[in-house]
Amino acid sequence: MLNAYDILETIRMIQDECLDIRTITMGISLLDCIDCDIDVACEKVYNKITRCAKDLVRVADDISKEYGIPIINKRISVTPIAIVSAACKCSPVKFALAMDKAAKAVGVDLIGGYSALVPKGFSAGDIELINSIPEALKLTDKVCSSVNIGSTKTGINLDACKMMGRIVKECAEATVDKACFGAAKLVVFCNAVEDNPFMAGAFHGVGEPDVMINVGVSGPGVVRSALSKYPDANITEISDIIKKTSYKITRIGQLVGVTASERLGVPFGIVDLSLAPTPAVGDSVAHILEEIGLERCGTHGTTAALALLNDAVKKGGVMACSRIGGLSGAFIPVSEDSGMIDAAKSGCLTIEKLEAMTAVCSVGLDMIVVPGDTEADTISAIIADEAAIGMVNTKTTAVRIIPAIGKNVGDELDWGGLFGCGPVMPLKKESPSKFINRGGQIPAPLHSLKN
Amino acid sequence: MRAVITVIGHDAVGILAKVSNRCAEFNANVIEVTQSVLQDMFAMIMLVDISKINKPFAELSDNMTELGQSMGLSIHTMHEDIFNCMHHI
Repeated sequence: MLNAYDILETIRMIQDECLDIRTITMGISLLDCIDCDIDVACEKVYNKITRCAKDLVRVADDISKEYGIPIINKRISVTPIAIVSAACKCSPVKFALAMDKAAKAVGVDLIGGYSALVPKGFSAGDIELINSIPEALKLTDKVCSSVNIGSTKTGINLDACKMMGRIVKECAEATVDKACFGAAKLVVFCNAVEDNPFMAGAFHGVGEPDVMINVGVSGPGVVRSALSKYPDANITEISDIIKKTSYKITRIGQLVGVTASERLGVPFGIVDLSLAPTPAVGDSVAHILEEIGLERCGTHGTTAALALLNDAVKKGGVMACSRIGGLSGAFIPVSEDSGMIDAAKSGCLTIEKLEAMTAVCSVGLDMIVVPGDTEADTISAIIADEAAIGMVNTKTTAVRIIPAIGKNVGDELDWGGLFGCGPVMPLKKESPSKFINRGGQIPAPLHSLKN
Repeated sequence: MRAVITVIGHDAVGILAKVSNRCAEFNANVIEVTQSVLQDMFAMIMLVDISKINKPFAELSDNMTELGQSMGLSIHTMHEDIFNCMHHI
């Protein structure tokens, strides 16, 4: 039966070590909302979202109270809008407005799915959607957008890479008054997953059921605290401690997901086994790496320590829940992690090191602030580099960088809340324009002769 | 259905009485109590049956938290499933 030590351990994890459920995300298919009249389609979208998610926030709050575990965000992901809007043959911004209105009506924090999937080329609706992203993110508060530009099976769509460099910059320019926040709501993926509950990259894949519930857990503080009790453990023991802690964290995700799905009458999808940091003190992935033995995150050894952490989190979490999915791994969003912010400010954590780190963990170059005068082609090249890592390693990678318009190295952007603040990080000045402007498709990689 | 109520804070007269009285008001039956006082610090873990409570569980939880605040104590009321899932395979 329950013993006092176990009870107090759970309470300490929640009270002192920032253990929480990061998000309950309801995935909603909008395939049945397609109509060639955009106003009719938008009305269907609004009605379906508000009908399916009307109880989401209340149920999540009830569960949070009953189990005493904070549920930080309630979110919705929908079918990529490029698919829904293709028949309308016009700018799909009205869909973003309908999504935003619906999200506000049901009280969720964010809604994702203003997305296009173009790993092998553009179909009807894709280019219109991509071109409308800056306006859509400017006009809405809760809508998040993502574009998948490559995959291991298809290679990388370099034309889409080129477009996205420009779009990222336009998103920042369109939201200068909000500290360029538009770019923080846009993710460019390679190997995007269809059941991701985390924003800004969540969308509801076409292979998913009509409606489902996915859960993302969090708990870097719990892992760091567990490791701090064993200062002399060898690295195998460290891995074991992380596994056990990850198991406990993930069990709560499973419990909350199953309970939410029962109460909402919606099938339970997956638990995303992630260590998602927040800017709060004691909730940092960088601090776990430092607890393992690095003087500062970003120094030599960071990639190896992160590889161990990411693997152990998955191994521990796999046994704790019935279905795993999403991005599952340790996140390294710079502005959302107090340890990463400090490391970046000190110059120890550079964009090159972050790129190497993304090869061994979830997910990619995330929440990185770059100089405002960065050329669009340079952003495209960063996207292409990151996509290449994902394509070759058969993993999801993403880029969410924010050009700080009017700012340069030494300045910072501050959004507050979960998004945190980020110092402007330097990029290389040499131009990749000729490479990016060649266009075409980087062919899919060979799956044998691996070296 | 059972819940775990934990009470932590400086010791004072009547903590157990007030918490169990509040349980009775909600018709929550106390099953087990573990309590200790270490150097002025009071710690109590109470297992209660909530299957016949007369109000929603969330209300009981809020009510206990408020009671704790009024007495300068930290009181958590949580469904036992969260502990079972985390500590039992």
